[in-house]
Amino acid sequence: MPKDGIGASTKRREDVRFLTGNGNYTDDINIRGQAYVHFLRSDVAHGTINSVDTSAAADMPGVIRIFTGEDFAEMGGIPCGWQVTDRHGAPMQEPKHPVLAHGKVRHVGDPIAAIVAETREQARDAAEAIMPDITDLPAVMDMKEAIKDGATKVHDDLTSNLCYDWGFVEENKGAVDEAIKNAAHVTTLELVNNRLVPNAMEPRVAVGDYNRSTGDHTLYTTSQNPHVIRLLMGAFVLGIPEHKLRVVAPDVGGGFGSKIYHYAEEAFCTYAAKVINRPVKWTCSRSEAFISDAHGRDHVTKIELALDKDNNFTAVRTETYANMGAYLSTFAPSIPTWLHGTLMAGNYKTPNIYVNVKAVFTNTVPVDAYRGAGRPEATYQLERVIDMAARELGVDPIALRRQNYITEFPYATPVAVEYDTGDYNATMDKLMEIGDFAGFEARLAESKARGKLRGLGVNSYIEACGIAPSNLVGQLGARAGLYESATVRVNATGGITVMTGSHSHGQGHETAFPQVVAEMLGIDASMIEIEHGDTDKAPMGMGTYGSRSIAVGGSAMVRATEKIIAKAKKIAAHLLEASDADIELKDGQFSVAGTDKSVAWGDVTLAAYVPHNYPLEDLEPGLEETAFYDPSNFTYPSGAYACEVEIDPETGKVSIERFAAADDFGNIINPMIVSGQVHGGLAQGIGQAMLEQCSYDSDGQLLSASYMDYTMPRADDVPFYQVDHSCQTPCTHNPLGVKGCGEAGAIGSPPSVVNAVVDAMQRAGHTHITHIDMPLTPSRVWSAMQG
Amino acid sequence: MPKVSMTVNGKPASGEVEGRTLLVEFLRDGLGLTGTHVGCDTSQCGACVVHVDGKPVKACTIFAAEAEGATVTTIEGIAAEDGTMSPVQEAFQTHHGLQCGFCTPGMVMSAESLLKENPTPSEAEIRDYLEGNICRCTGYHNIVKAIMAASGQDVSKIAAE
Repeated sequence: MPKDGIGASTKRREDVRFLTGNGNYTDDINIRGQAYVHFLRSDVAHGTINSVDTSAAADMPGVIRIFTGEDFAEMGGIPCGWQVTDRHGAPMQEPKHPVLAHGKVRHVGDPIAAIVAETREQARDAAEAIMPDITDLPAVMDMKEAIKDGATKVHDDLTSNLCYDWGFVEENKGAVDEAIKNAAHVTTLELVNNRLVPNAMEPRVAVGDYNRSTGDHTLYTTSQNPHVIRLLMGAFVLGIPEHKLRVVAPDVGGGFGSKIYHYAEEAFCTYAAKVINRPVKWTCSRSEAFISDAHGRDHVTKIELALDKDNNFTAVRTETYANMGAYLSTFAPSIPTWLHGTLMAGNYKTPNIYVNVKAVFTNTVPVDAYRGAGRPEATYQLERVIDMAARELGVDPIALRRQNYITEFPYATPVAVEYDTGDYNATMDKLMEIGDFAGFEARLAESKARGKLRGLGVNSYIEACGIAPSNLVGQLGARAGLYESATVRVNATGGITVMTGSHSHGQGHETAFPQVVAEMLGIDASMIEIEHGDTDKAPMGMGTYGSRSIAVGGSAMVRATEKIIAKAKKIAAHLLEASDADIELKDGQFSVAGTDKSVAWGDVTLAAYVPHNYPLEDLEPGLEETAFYDPSNFTYPSGAYACEVEIDPETGKVSIERFAAADDFGNIINPMIVSGQVHGGLAQGIGQAMLEQCSYDSDGQLLSASYMDYTMPRADDVPFYQVDHSCQTPCTHNPLGVKGCGEAGAIGSPPSVVNAVVDAMQRAGHTHITHIDMPLTPSRVWSAMQG
Repeated sequence: MPKVSMTVNGKPASGEVEGRTLLVEFLRDGLGLTGTHVGCDTSQCGACVVHVDGKPVKACTIFAAEAEGATVTTIEGIAAEDGTMSPVQEAFQTHHGLQCGFCTPGMVMSAESLLKENPTPSEAEIRDYLEGNICRCTGYHNIVKAIMAASGQDVSKIAAE
């Protein structure tokens, strides 16, 4: 057996450098002679730029050059990677997103000027001497008001603030309306999915470098997908072909979606390095991150759930307003549509589903994918309305779910996806066990004895991961393929370097990916190294998001390794004077079936590179293979979550006492890492439900613009979690049978937190409380209790 | 520009700084000790925690000049000379107490201080002590577990890996 193969909780090899201060994050990169850029950002949400007087600033000490929107006016804007088609067949409205604001500023944080100076401090000092003359315009903030006739427009060249009005599946609408009309019971819920700021702990950084003698550009950036940045920035903004542009994303300190997108600062540093012929570095401050990193969620939704007289779900109808912010971020249009509408069946066999989404431009920071991306919004509304329906009908919420679970697979939903496998009853059973539901009544009594309220909330979830079949997403408007790549380079003495297009920014790929190759070859994982994050090393890849790395990137690695094995068997067959069909590979030894003749892995790899005794007429020397893997379907992780809360009735303060998560991720490569991924997702989901709220005032000023005002979950806000992933229904269409685990925690946890608080309220006799919008702050909970 | 001198990780270190230069800037830019990270600008996140004269300090909250003559230890100074990690560092790896690694230096520095002040802290004491260190990846579960393990407590009963 190989050491550290599939299923081993191998300790992470990347940890030693991180624990000893030897990581190499983008801000740790300094290039001799580099200059520093500081962006002067708009402090008003909406305004006409009359002029930007940079004359005084230009004379300040250390200033090298100041750029304004005029410098980029003829250049391409920051591109959007997904075009959504509306209900009537028209393409979405797509405004230009200039590198630096031109003509108008459209959100607090929109960059007006870029000051390049010898030092960071000099650039910052000079920014204070720039005098932008801006005429304030009314800020467009409320989505429903924004799409009324006569509303102020965020983009004057668009017909309105409506990006698109999407219906899905439009042909189902009549049947859904009919089913709701004829239902025995309809539960209606209006809710807000609160706007969040992703807040990876490492702020974004970009370092642009240019070699005038070769014409080569290099960008070091905090990205989840350096190849995507190379393509978007090179092809659409700066006009640099791939072979003259290298993008490197070294150690990256978390992403959660916010580092998928191509940002203006990356294009600026790359461009400015050429203009001033010096490296240009930008390090984002946290306060700046709040007004320039893409935000997440921000949906206002009405959902209706129809049931027949036997409590079978007959229809779901939703209407959602989705905030796009001021410009379309890279994948923004796809989040409330294809990553949200397609999940509205959840775990249930509801026959009629119709989803309407109106995406709206406002004078706020662009909104895009944040951990879960559309799927938390789908799960939250569905699992909340089911709980509410159970209460209205007087039935057990778990029983109502079980009654309506999909139990036969594959299952084609009415919202265009086909679930390959799952066992929702199994994860619910496991949840009730690890969550110790049997002990709840005793804990409730104990809380009561101390004058506290207690509640238990549950929910199921399903997500679509492993994005995605390229031809399918192409039909849906994606302007990219969503395959993944891997090159497996076997060296002469048997060690292996795997170059993957996936990118690790906390997920532990450097440890988990070698486990797969080790298992396939029967050699120790320590013989295998992963390279990622450099477009000059790895083949074109699409990067890491949407819980896709093991399902898509891992599959590419499997395919490349299969090619290695096939070739290695031919070499072994030659060395053993046998037919390659008779060669077996086990524990790193190639042997002839039924004989004791064998050669070791290292003998074969050496022969590949020192081909003295080698079938050169039939086989090339060397042992290196590349594969691109394009998935044939999404993967569908699922599970059941439970939250137990205690509430202080005097203050409304909610404390999370217990949290249990039973997930089905299919096969598991490294259980330790998978548990860690779930833990982190749970904290983000609990953060959304309890603490986090990105707040703007009516003038478009961001009120929660630092850690003084935006409440990040701390260690004392969360408990130890009970997590389990022993329920495994392997994916049927990828070679590893894996589904992905990165987002589940954030998708599955918010509804159970809110369900638990409502449950506590109901148990305490506050029967009028059927819903409280997130985050469940003491003020909101206390106010609700006052009636 | 004023000159500052201090002892950093057991070695004398000095350099010219502006009056406004923060200790974290001096460590990162002046001395090239990039293990100490900057995750915010309001002294909330704790990624920059170092030890100044034995006490945990957010290196973004003091000027370099204020550390004149001080003994400073950064994350680079925690492992032994031969690279052997400290029990806290070891426990973080064993119990998967880190993911992206960005908050990790500050977490380790705070944990080292906690165990010096309180050799066997309870779960609640650990969570309370880490109030000034934000992690976005781990959900804190394995950080708390690692610190309990580093203090010699049995963590086998704590759920999950």
